[in-house]
Amino acid sequence: MSSTKPGWKEIPIAGIPFKSALEYKTGTWRSFKPIIDDKKCVRCLLCWLYCPDDSFIIKWSEDGKRPKQVLVNYEYCKGCGICSTVCPTKAITMIPEGEEQ
Amino acid sequence: MTMEQMDILLNGDEAAAWAAKDVHVDVVAAYPITPQTIVVEKFSEFVANGIVQTEFVSVESEHSALSACVGAAAAGARAFTATAANGLQLMNEILYIASSLRQPIVMAIANRAPSGPINIHNDHTDAMNVRDAGWIMLFAENTQEVYDTIIQAYKIAEDPNVLLPVMVCYDGFLISHTAERIKVFKDPKDVAEFLGGPRKIPKIELMGKEVELSLNPENPLPLTFGPLDLYDYYFEHKRQQSEAMQHAYAVIEKVNEEYAKFSGRKYGNGRVVPYRLDDAEIAIVLMGSTAGTARYVIDELRDEGIKIGELRVRSFRPFPYMDLERYLKNVKVVGVFDRAQDQGMQGGPLFLETRAALYDLASHPKVVNFVFGLGGRDMPPELLRTTMDELIAIKEGKKPVFNRKYIGVRE
Amino acid sequence: MIEQKWRPNLFELAKKPSLFTSGHRLCSGCAAGTIVRMVMMALPNPKRTIIANATGCLEVASTIFPYTAWKLPWIHNAFENAAATASGIEAAFKALKRKGLWKKDIPDIIAFGGDGGTYDIGLQALSGAIERGHDFTWILYDNEAYMNTGIQRSGSTPFAAATTTSPAGKVIPGKMEWKKPIGFIIAAHMNAYVATANPFYWQDLMKKVRKAVLYKGPSFLHVISTCNRGWRFDPSQSMIVSKLATDTCLHPLWEFDPETRTYSLTDRSLYIAKHPDQKLPVERYLETQGRFRHLFKPERRDDLIKEIQERVDKEWEYLLKLTGFS
Repeated sequence: MSSTKPGWKEIPIAGIPFKSALEYKTGTWRSFKPIIDDKKCVRCLLCWLYCPDDSFIIKWSEDGKRPKQVLVNYEYCKGCGICSTVCPTKAITMIPEGEEQ
Repeated sequence: MTMEQMDILLNGDEAAAWAAKDVHVDVVAAYPITPQTIVVEKFSEFVANGIVQTEFVSVESEHSALSACVGAAAAGARAFTATAANGLQLMNEILYIASSLRQPIVMAIANRAPSGPINIHNDHTDAMNVRDAGWIMLFAENTQEVYDTIIQAYKIAEDPNVLLPVMVCYDGFLISHTAERIKVFKDPKDVAEFLGGPRKIPKIELMGKEVELSLNPENPLPLTFGPLDLYDYYFEHKRQQSEAMQHAYAVIEKVNEEYAKFSGRKYGNGRVVPYRLDDAEIAIVLMGSTAGTARYVIDELRDEGIKIGELRVRSFRPFPYMDLERYLKNVKVVGVFDRAQDQGMQGGPLFLETRAALYDLASHPKVVNFVFGLGGRDMPPELLRTTMDELIAIKEGKKPVFNRKYIGVRE
Repeated sequence: MIEQKWRPNLFELAKKPSLFTSGHRLCSGCAAGTIVRMVMMALPNPKRTIIANATGCLEVASTIFPYTAWKLPWIHNAFENAAATASGIEAAFKALKRKGLWKKDIPDIIAFGGDGGTYDIGLQALSGAIERGHDFTWILYDNEAYMNTGIQRSGSTPFAAATTTSPAGKVIPGKMEWKKPIGFIIAAHMNAYVATANPFYWQDLMKKVRKAVLYKGPSFLHVISTCNRGWRFDPSQSMIVSKLATDTCLHPLWEFDPETRTYSLTDRSLYIAKHPDQKLPVERYLETQGRFRHLFKPERRDDLIKEIQERVDKEWEYLLKLTGFS
């Protein structure tokens, strides 16, 4: 029993979770890693749309109208590779985790 | 100063519905089952006639009845339901969930023997089956007490130190279908005042913010109810529940006192109701409507010079073990009456807990068990008298102590 | 006629905060994650929406204590009673509003259930809630077996699919019963907006979510939800397999308007109805998944593949009739 976890007097009653899942980094699950080729990426956002884990970061243009760049959020990306199959320009490749340059 | 009341002829089920009306609960979700049906019918009339603004959800099963009450209570409503026997068994899964989500739901139970074989009459086996589901369990003796206890139940359940659901149990047919002249509050507003107005949603601290313990979308943080809770925290949450039940022990007494001031009626200390126990050498312990019949027999025996009394258990959960110690410490023989079947060979649940409660006394009394009245089998005064004669014989050393005896069954 | 003009715009949606966050623990590539995100994006009133979730993969994986992935009020009660729970929530707000204790509009109520919580153990409570006419939206994410307990057959598992309780054996080649037509069963209540959807066809899905939530009364959305663990395919293929379910007409896209009592085809299925040559053979779908592998190896079971194709053709013809195409 870990002593770092709070006792029964310290946690909310009724079993209400007191942390956001954002504190739980699922990126450690990944065995394949998506790499976006920024030159091929047309910023259609389909990768972001279909991602079950909301693991993309979108950088917006200064006027906020257009996405400027799409990045993978590796803290949460589980490496499923859905993004690589829905990408219309094949801009995303999956490489074994740890083999990236 | 007690509030203005009026006399009215109601049976136990109607009294339960009348109490829910006077509390002016927000949501009733219920499914009819004999002998509880009149509760649902009566409340439907209140709704149909515009006497209440309650939302009545006529669900398709008892399982859904309690499930809907959980949803309603989590959304901030005062919720009420009622059932019996098989219906209570169908709810079983949700009983534990309602208490673990700490929802102050109140449920009337017209106790009935569970199937099978199917039977519609009274015993307490249905309630005993769910005695550790985390609900406060109060047993009423008569129609008046059904009405009073349901009102009290909301105040107990919603106490911020308790926040547990409450079952108000009363004997099927014997109380549910027996009309009695009872007193009800003339103006339901007085009941609202007793309860402190509409339901107050408790606040909890979550991620540094104070939030309502509810599904309210206006909460500064949205709440997640009913997560997957594994070995890291489940035990802590269960520990919190037993702490709440511990608090209920005192809150039941406090509410009983407050209610006495408000209504002029009081039920012992809320948890137990003693009768002629001061100098008693023999005591009987029981729950429900049989207590009245037993007092009649006790009075007869007292007239004959037998020092005998009664302790009626009103709160089965939390179990009033300290009251039992206090009231029965000088008694020589205790007869415990279980209107419920046990399969453990030793005796019924009330007996086991009573004997356990008295075990630590320096010189504990002899405790024996009578199982009676299953499936609505009658318990007339003459039959009760034979059991008390046995207790006298045990006290005088003329008969040996036993664990359990069936009373009223044909050999 | 239920009218909804809203058209989802990806750029606008991408700027909204996530209501179902990263850090949930659904399996890698689980379509349920994609579906829930899309549903959240399509909500008309995200600031006053409450969710009831039946026991299942989604419930378990998104709320492992002390964490929660939900940014909306959410309740899990039990497996079979999400519809009853939703009924209670709706009843509470109706009563509180009537009494003047709730001043705002009654929140939108969404219930999520898997195929177990919808087709099987939860069907009674769901039918009851729909019959009573509660204003809520039931979203079925259908992964066609009890995945949370490890791939057991459900009333939704398709014919011939292998599960751990309908394994492909030497004598019996997988499940020998057909999938329960849940959408028609719910539509037969005659008071609910009912639609099928597929996350691959996301615009259709989102439009239907919005319609369903805004419809005053019960709504039911049947969304196919691929499960790479249970269906046995590579997680990356999730949306490809999903697409094939509709393109082969195994999971056609339609909706039922209870006011006019009409069925209509939508999106890809409407296109297929107009261009029958675009309807793909079921084999294209079956061959992508290990749960149907015994139809191809060690020897090809043409008899079973044909049986499935004939059944799908028959059901598609029936749907074409219902929607006025034949």
